[in-house]
Amino acid sequence: MSPFSALLRKDLRVELRTLRSLPAMALFAVSAFVIFRFGLDRTTLDGELAAGVLVPTLLFAALLAINRLFVAEREEGGFELIRLAPIDRTVLFAAKASALVIYLVILELIAVPIFALFFLDSASGLLPFALILLLTNVGLAATGTVISTIATMSSARDLLAPLILLPLLIPLVIAAAGAGEHLLAAGGPDYGRFGTWLALLGLYDLIFLLVGYATFDFLLED
Amino acid sequence: MANALRSISLRRLAIATVAVMGAGYLLAFLYAPEDANEGFAQKIFYLHVPLAIVSLLGFIVAAIWAIQHLRTGDSKYDARSYVSIHISVIFGLAVLLTGAIWAKGSWGVWWEWKEPTLVSFLIVFLLYATYYPLRYAIEDRDRQARYASVFAITAGAFVPLNFLAVRLAQPLIHPRTFSSTGGLPDSMLFPFLVCLAGMALLWATLVWFELDSKAASANLKRIRRALEATA
Repeated sequence: MSPFSALLRKDLRVELRTLRSLPAMALFAVSAFVIFRFGLDRTTLDGELAAGVLVPTLLFAALLAINRLFVAEREEGGFELIRLAPIDRTVLFAAKASALVIYLVILELIAVPIFALFFLDSASGLLPFALILLLTNVGLAATGTVISTIATMSSARDLLAPLILLPLLIPLVIAAAGAGEHLLAAGGPDYGRFGTWLALLGLYDLIFLLVGYATFDFLLED
Repeated sequence: MANALRSISLRRLAIATVAVMGAGYLLAFLYAPEDANEGFAQKIFYLHVPLAIVSLLGFIVAAIWAIQHLRTGDSKYDARSYVSIHISVIFGLAVLLTGAIWAKGSWGVWWEWKEPTLVSFLIVFLLYATYYPLRYAIEDRDRQARYASVFAITAGAFVPLNFLAVRLAQPLIHPRTFSSTGGLPDSMLFPFLVCLAGMALLWATLVWFELDSKAASANLKRIRRALEATA
């Protein structure tokens, strides 16, 4: 078994046994939808309002998982073991980012249908929107993993990651909400500027995967 | 190059800054024509735009120092990256303030969400404002320096991407109220470039001064500790 799949499987198994992140993320998202139902006093949403409720809710739910991503490593001495192991340390970056992508996909598989059930008249825009969300997840995972490592090692812990990540993730929100605005429009999906948003998300993912890959080694040094 | 740099002292740099900035603003007020639409209020352009350009370039410079720091492990580069971000954040605050004043003068509102440059700059400023809590939340010196460098590189890569994203977010190509230098007549462009050079020199002077003062206080601390040890 390669170090990458070993680390990834370890993370997924820990999550399956302890269920520390996923149920909290899903519960947070559903509660947020209910809050929006009363905050906006609307029973159906479309266009920019639908995207504006869905995308930030998923983003905030993702922050919960990002905050907890390295808690086990810090508390149980996992960082020391990675340092001792004769493997490339960026493998940890790849494994954690992949785990985060998997968590986010599961979150979206739960939260997006519930959102559609609560607020959307037609779910026809959700299929192309899934592609947008997938690319958003990769970007979230790339920056989230780097910033989560920094926050975990600091004394501010849970406070620091959201503080740094919220401005850093704005391009993802712009692209996801921009695409969602057209895809979730009242009269059925409209592919206006779909390619632009895909390209922006791809560029963001590429840049921050490279930055994470290049810098992650320095975060683990002791 | 290195020798040429060493021969420039802080004093000479400061004198050059005063000379170039002084000349720039004299040109801006006396030589440059008054703007036909905005009148005297447009003069803030010679302050606001150079501040913004220099501040953003300062963030990029900080990212380059941070890369140097991670490559060499020399804490000198971390100090340069830190001070570059510090001075650029101060410049950034001035950009937001002068921007609001200019917006009130020419558009009648203090803030305009539809202007992508303004919004992008605010996001970049908010991101770099988190550099301080990040630095001070990590106690170990080496780790603090390394993590701050990783942040500086990440944020440096973010700056151009963010400007692209916010510009794309505008529903249509928003009419550019001013396209920073493109449409300027020469009589305005020349004073603007002198002001820009002066502002860049001011940034460099402040960074240098702050680095010197940091080094001096570190020295002082060391001497005081040595004195206390012998006393």
